[in-house]
Amino acid sequence: MSEDPIIRLRGIRNQFGAQVVHDNLDLDVMRGEVLGVVGGSGTGKSVLLRCIAGLRPPQAGRIEIFGQDALTCPEDTRRAIDQRMGVMFQDGALFSSLTVRENVEVPMRTLKGLDARLRRDLADLKISMSGLPYIAGDKYPSELSGGMRKRAGLARALALDPEIVFLDEPTAGLDPIGASAFDELINALSKTLGLTVFMVTHDLDSLHATCDRIAVLAEKRVMYTGTMAEMLDIDHPWVHEYFHGPRARAATETLERTA
Amino acid sequence: MTARSEPTPKAAHLQPPEVAHVAATEGGWRIEGVLSLRSVSAALPALARIEGADVTLDLSGLKRLDTAGAYALYQTEVRIAQAGGHVRYQGLGPDHAALMERVAAAVPTKPDDAHAAKSLTDRLEDLGRMVAGAGAFVAQLCAMLGMFIARLVRMIRHPYEFRMTALVHHADEVGLRAVPIVMLMSFLIGVVLAFQGAVQLRQFGAEIFVVDLIAISILRELGILLTAIIVAGRTASSFTAAIGSMKMREEIDAMRTLAIDPVTVLFVPRILALLITLPILGMVANLLGLFGGMMMAWIELGISPGVFLARLLEGTSLDHVLVGFSKAPVFAIIIGVIGCHAGMQVGGNAESLGRQTSASVVRAIFAVILANALFSVFFALMGI
Repeated sequence: MSEDPIIRLRGIRNQFGAQVVHDNLDLDVMRGEVLGVVGGSGTGKSVLLRCIAGLRPPQAGRIEIFGQDALTCPEDTRRAIDQRMGVMFQDGALFSSLTVRENVEVPMRTLKGLDARLRRDLADLKISMSGLPYIAGDKYPSELSGGMRKRAGLARALALDPEIVFLDEPTAGLDPIGASAFDELINALSKTLGLTVFMVTHDLDSLHATCDRIAVLAEKRVMYTGTMAEMLDIDHPWVHEYFHGPRARAATETLERTA
Repeated sequence: MTARSEPTPKAAHLQPPEVAHVAATEGGWRIEGVLSLRSVSAALPALARIEGADVTLDLSGLKRLDTAGAYALYQTEVRIAQAGGHVRYQGLGPDHAALMERVAAAVPTKPDDAHAAKSLTDRLEDLGRMVAGAGAFVAQLCAMLGMFIARLVRMIRHPYEFRMTALVHHADEVGLRAVPIVMLMSFLIGVVLAFQGAVQLRQFGAEIFVVDLIAISILRELGILLTAIIVAGRTASSFTAAIGSMKMREEIDAMRTLAIDPVTVLFVPRILALLITLPILGMVANLLGLFGGMMMAWIELGISPGVFLARLLEGTSLDHVLVGFSKAPVFAIIIGVIGCHAGMQVGGNAESLGRQTSASVVRAIFAVILANALFSVFFALMGI
C-alpha cells in the first residue's frame, strides 16, 4: 500500500433542499487499501459513494481521482476515470434483459478491438472469479438469488479490471456463510488484483474481516478514520456504541476465538 | 479507448497507451510492456506463435499484468501443454504469480456442448415442445374457465363471499368508461357503411336496401365484434397489468398464505363485470351504429328517419339482433379469461409484465375473431 491517495475529497458539501447531508467533508482513500465507510442511517454513506462514482455532483468541494480533478475535467477524462472504476450496487443493478454473461460483457464492449471470443472467455472468467458457477452465465438476473445477483454485480464491476471498486452494502441480505465467503472474495481480489476498495457497509464482521481502514461518517463529515483497533479506543458516544454494542462484541469475540 | 483516440495532454497522462511486446530471444520468449485488457487483443497473434517443447517465458520486463493478460498467458500455457510442451516463467514477480495462480484456479470448466449447433433432433424437439406448449396453454385457459365457473357456483351457495364493491368498481372501469369510445367507433362505422352502401346501391336504384345492409351488418356482426375488439384492447391489457403486477410483487402468494382465494377475489369480479357490461356496450354500439347509418342515409340518399325506421322494423328480423347478442357473453368470457390468465403468467421482472400485457391483447383479439368465425359457421349450418 503506497501513501499517495487515489481518491482525495476536500470540502464536499451535499444537500437536498434545506437538508445538509455533508458539509466540508474531507476524505483520503489510499491506493490498494480496503476502506470501510460506516455511519448511522441517513448520514449519507451511499450519497458519498454516488458522489465519488460521478452519479451526483456535490454542491461544493473538490474530488480528485487518480490525481485528476474529477468534477471540472473534460468529459473524455471523466470517461477514462470511470473506466478505471467499478461500482457494485446494492442489489446488483444488473440489466434484466441480458444474461449474466452479457451483463459482464457490456463494459467490455466499450473497448475497441477486443476479440469477441476473448471477451466471452473473460466474462466467464470474471463470473467464476466472483464465485458463481459456469452455468450462471446463461441465466437472467431474475432467475438468480439475491446473493448470486450481488456476485454477478461484482463480476460486472470487475469487468474492466478497475483500480477502484465501490461496493454498496456488499453483504447485506446474505446468509452468514455467503457473507463471509464474500468477505474472503473481496480480500483475495484486493490482494491479487491490487484493488482499492471503497465499501459502504453495516456488517461488523465484514469490517473486521476485510477493511484495512474504517471511516466513520457523523455530524455531516468524516469524523474519524483509522484501523479497527483505533476505532475501539474512540470514546465518541455513537462510535463507542457502534463498535462496543452487543453485536460488535459478538463479532469481536468470534474473531478472537477463530484467530 | 478514449484517451488513445483523442490524446489530450491530461487524458494521455491518465491513460498512457498500453502495448505489449512479445519477442523471441535466444533462450525463449520475452514479454515486455503492459499485458492488459486493452493490449491483449493485439498481442494474441504474437502469443499464438510461441511454441516448443520447453518454453522459457521471460516476464521480467512486464510492467503490468491484469486478469485479461493473465488469462492470455494461461491459454498459451494450456496450448503448449496440449502439444506436449512445458512453460517455465522467468522474472515473474510475486504479485503477478499470485494473479496468474488465481486466474488459473478460476478458469471455469465448460461443458463441451456449450456451443454445439442445433441438430435435427434438437429442432424436432423444439417443435414438439412448441406444440405441446400450445396444447398446455389451451388446457390452462380451460382450467381457468373451469375455476371461474366453479367459484361462481360456490358464490351462489355462499353469497357473503361475493365482492360486490369490486364488481361495481370493475363494471365502472370496464363498462361505463368504455362507453364514449364505443359510441364514437360504432357511429363512425354506421356512417361509413351507409356511405359505401349508398354509392353501390344507387347504381341499381335500390337505395332503400341500404337500411337492410346497415341493420344486418351492424346488428348481426359488426356492432358486437368491434365492441369486443375494443374491449379486448382496453380491458385484457388492464387485467393482465393489474394481476401481473400483483403477481410480480408476490401479493398473490401473500393472499394464498392468508387463506384468501385469488380466483374469488381477483378473477370472478373482473370476468363477471365483463359478462355484464359487454352486452350493454354491444347494445350501445348497435344503437349508435344504426343512428350513424340513419344520419348518413338521410344526408346522402334523402331517406328520412321515419322511412328508415319503418324499413328497419319491417325488413329486419329479430333473429339478427339475437344472433348478435348471443355472442356477447362468449366474447366477454374469452377476453376475461385470457387477460387474467396472462396476468398469472407474469414472472419476477418488469419485462415479463410488459410481454404478457401485449401478448394478452393479441391473444384476446385473435380469440374473439376466431370465435366470431366459428359462430358464423354454426349459424349458417343451423340456418339462422
